[in-house]
Amino acid sequence: MVRLTDSEKAMLDGAEGAAKQKAMALLVRYANALGAERFVDTNNIAGVPGSSSLFLKNYYKDHNGGDYNAIFSLYDLDSDEIVEVPKVSAYSCHLQGGMDPDNWMKMGQTQAAFDHFREDEAAVADHGVQILKTCTPYLAGNVPVKGEHCAWMESSAVVFCNSVIGGRTNTEGRESTSSAMLTGKIPDWGFHRDEFRYGTHLVEVEVPIETVQDWGMLGYFVGDVVQENIPVITGVTGQPNLVRHKHFGAAAASSGGVELYHVVGITPEAATREIAFGPRRPVATIKYGLAERRKTYESLNAIGSNESVDFVMLGCPHYSIEQLWEVSRLLDGKKLNSGVQLWIFTSRSVKSVADTNGYTKIITDAGGLLLTDTCSAISQAVPKGTKVVALDSAKQTHYLPAFMGIEAWFGTTKDCVDAALTGRWRGALA
Amino acid sequence: MSIDTKTHATTIVLHGRTVVGGVAEGEALVTRETISGWGGVNPMTGTVIETRHELHGVSFKDKILVFPGAKGSSGWSNAFHMTRLTQTAPKAMLFTTMTTKIALGAVVMRAPALTDFDRDPLEVIETGDWIKVDADKGTVEVTKRTDRDE
Repeated sequence: MVRLTDSEKAMLDGAEGAAKQKAMALLVRYANALGAERFVDTNNIAGVPGSSSLFLKNYYKDHNGGDYNAIFSLYDLDSDEIVEVPKVSAYSCHLQGGMDPDNWMKMGQTQAAFDHFREDEAAVADHGVQILKTCTPYLAGNVPVKGEHCAWMESSAVVFCNSVIGGRTNTEGRESTSSAMLTGKIPDWGFHRDEFRYGTHLVEVEVPIETVQDWGMLGYFVGDVVQENIPVITGVTGQPNLVRHKHFGAAAASSGGVELYHVVGITPEAATREIAFGPRRPVATIKYGLAERRKTYESLNAIGSNESVDFVMLGCPHYSIEQLWEVSRLLDGKKLNSGVQLWIFTSRSVKSVADTNGYTKIITDAGGLLLTDTCSAISQAVPKGTKVVALDSAKQTHYLPAFMGIEAWFGTTKDCVDAALTGRWRGALA
Repeated sequence: MSIDTKTHATTIVLHGRTVVGGVAEGEALVTRETISGWGGVNPMTGTVIETRHELHGVSFKDKILVFPGAKGSSGWSNAFHMTRLTQTAPKAMLFTTMTTKIALGAVVMRAPALTDFDRDPLEVIETGDWIKVDADKGTVEVTKRTDRDE
């Protein structure tokens, strides 16, 4: 059973109000399920507090009309009664949401859904949660430091936080993050603890890993092989930038459950192979050579057979300003094929830079849309009649066809922009 | 192992650690593959939708779900929390690898759940076996399907 400090005990006994009492009760159930012995303090939480789909809103309509207090109490805190939800006590941000705030109609959303989205957002902001509305909080102003205890949702952000920054977070869920926002507590288990962070599997890379696509494929392969374990990658030459890490981690967290990886000589807890493994010996050694690379590419392209593309979706995880710069150079002065729609997703803060730099105009003039807050998989929205999508994200390729029952091609950003301009898929493994 | 003289059924008893207490009884649905929550299951119907999964299209509603554990998105708890609301949830979960995703998902699903077994449930239990879970006591009683069919 988890041991509580006096102040945690007081919270559980209701000394700080009913909402914190319910939040602490949920966290105690969760800690006991994990087998955690104590809590750590956290002041960096990323979640989706109180956000309600129309399903939830309708489900709880007989409870205060399904308002923020009702949904936060009954769903986020898993409480059996509605409590008055106070402003958050710990630094908290809201991750991605359900629709673009300006182009929601083009995403097939109804006025009712949009009104509800606005209402939700106002309530979240009113409770002191930063409205970042992105799966990449680290590109929108929330960058943890090495060793910082965080409580983050969003598997691609979690793996980035742990691996690239050396921050400490498990893959939290909606209920645990919402509870942590009120209490500043999260179970001291898993990636919060040194002994959990050492590598388990050795991955020997035998081919050059250079492009964003290379990193995405390697991530997809590694996640599939190691599942929820901790890979240590060796044999990588060159220095992957932020975008490469973003695509590697997102892919590894989709095909498997990778929450932390080490790249020897590159990531902060892997100065050497020995440091990365610590007291552990690798349980398996996995080779990534030409054959594995080819197989991964083919597996990602196994659900595409029709070369006539009618939709291109970029921005999974949300595009950085560097990626928007790259796309705007590929699109500058050109027009999309009349049979293709192009949606590019980013965060509101990155979009404001793209607006200033003229990238939004270049994308719009070409016939595409630069959207924020969400993506096709999250909002389960594609242009009406979409049959074949082109994607540059292994993660999106993993999820979107399963959700929407469409075909998908996976390639480079350039392959995808080419498909948007020509209506044809001409990607091939370089 | 014990022999029930009335039914000639062979029962096997496993012991595990309580994740979520409670008792449940039902038919086993076993997979050696981890399950993805968001994007891996449809909480409206209680079915696995991941195209590459061996249970693709199979419903876990009212089953005793026996599997290695969770993978994928942090929406895992949300997806299984939703199955409780839509009444498509498994009756109980028996799993072998602890993660934050499955711990939180099991808690908010409020169905009995066990892990850390004295014998590997993926070796002992097959789909269709009849399972009695007492997660308060930490016991799982397995009646093999072949025996029941006799």
